[in-house]
Amino acid sequence: MTVALGAARRVERIMGTAIGIDVRSVVPATALDDAFAYLRDVDARFSPFRPDSEISRLACGELAMADASDDLSAIAALCDELRRETDGAFDAWGHRPDGAFDPTGLVKGWALDGAAGILRAAGATSFAINGGGDVVVAGEAAPDRPWRIGVRHPLVADRTAAVVELVDAAVATSGAYERGAHVVDPRTGQPAGGLLSITVVACSLARADALATAVFAMGGLGPRWLGARGGALLAITADEMVLTTPAMDRLLATDG
Amino acid sequence: MTSPFQTRRSTPAPAASPVPLIPRRAAMALVTTLTILVLLLRFDPGTNPAARLASASSAPAVDSIGSDPVGTAATGSAQVTGQAVATRFGTVQVEINIARGALVDVTALQLPSGGRDSQVSAYAEPILRSEALQAGSASIDTVSGATYTSMGYIESLQSALDQAGIG
Repeated sequence: MTVALGAARRVERIMGTAIGIDVRSVVPATALDDAFAYLRDVDARFSPFRPDSEISRLACGELAMADASDDLSAIAALCDELRRETDGAFDAWGHRPDGAFDPTGLVKGWALDGAAGILRAAGATSFAINGGGDVVVAGEAAPDRPWRIGVRHPLVADRTAAVVELVDAAVATSGAYERGAHVVDPRTGQPAGGLLSITVVACSLARADALATAVFAMGGLGPRWLGARGGALLAITADEMVLTTPAMDRLLATDG
Repeated sequence: MTSPFQTRRSTPAPAASPVPLIPRRAAMALVTTLTILVLLLRFDPGTNPAARLASASSAPAVDSIGSDPVGTAATGSAQVTGQAVATRFGTVQVEINIARGALVDVTALQLPSGGRDSQVSAYAEPILRSEALQAGSASIDTVSGATYTSMGYIESLQSALDQAGIG
């Protein structure tokens, strides 16, 4: 299903979620077609829910990692890097009972970064891509105005808890309201608790998404863990407090 | 030693009395346990401030709190400084901030530095600002964390566009 919002705005349902692209600079009409085609292609190749995907064939032993595509090798390398960076709190090898490689937590962000690359290559200088609440932005929303990204209030779906102002950055929010006990610390096997949502800003959506997932999995230690590394993080705790790191404070809108 | 990422309180560290020559492993466990307890307290989802303070006062490394926790809970807000605890690697001392009867922040006044301990110290540095969650409605371009996981979203969006006459 395609929702046409004008020449450069469109929403499609891919990867089990709604992905919206909002281009505000001049862009060829084919650029959005190409970006969405790329996202559908990534979904077909890497979805663990499709039996013929590369991920599924890897899991059942039909495909060896050594024979994986360049893209899958790149995803695996990024997963490995983030596993080490997060001391195992983000672990694409650690959350399936059979221990199979499942990069689902990273693929969507990686794919949206790729779609952003396609738009940039087509000459777009100002756009936002929102995939299920994970956002990557390029340039400014308007001359001298950054993109204003609301952080969803975890308890009131149609209100914001904060507004971050971004130029050329990515923001991911991992929330208990969306995934509940699905976020599990791979090192303890226990559901993450104490946090309602985690929002992380990073240079790529793959990193923002993986770091938000890792912080969520760490529970109470997570926000300080990322804060100690200089990360931009906003955490909303179960007792309804908003915690922010200095890097995030610099991005928060004063009227948010 | 206890993992600095452990998210559940496990077996308590050995006795935390500041004996001059604490074995290395025990000292490390003390520092790590203090950090974990402090951080757990920071995110304690419980709602009873007295229970939280009781929990703080029972933590091995802050067993001598500098002011009366019960009185603090009754009056609403205060800073409470924990006892300075000597370890083989240096002195550990924390201060907790209480607002409206709830624990809102923990600040490490003194932590060992250097070597492996600097990593432990980094977790406890007072780097997070906190404020009460509020519901805002300022103008925005898009939303992070929205639940766009059902077809209902697209259908709703389409109907809104139809109503607005721009679909």
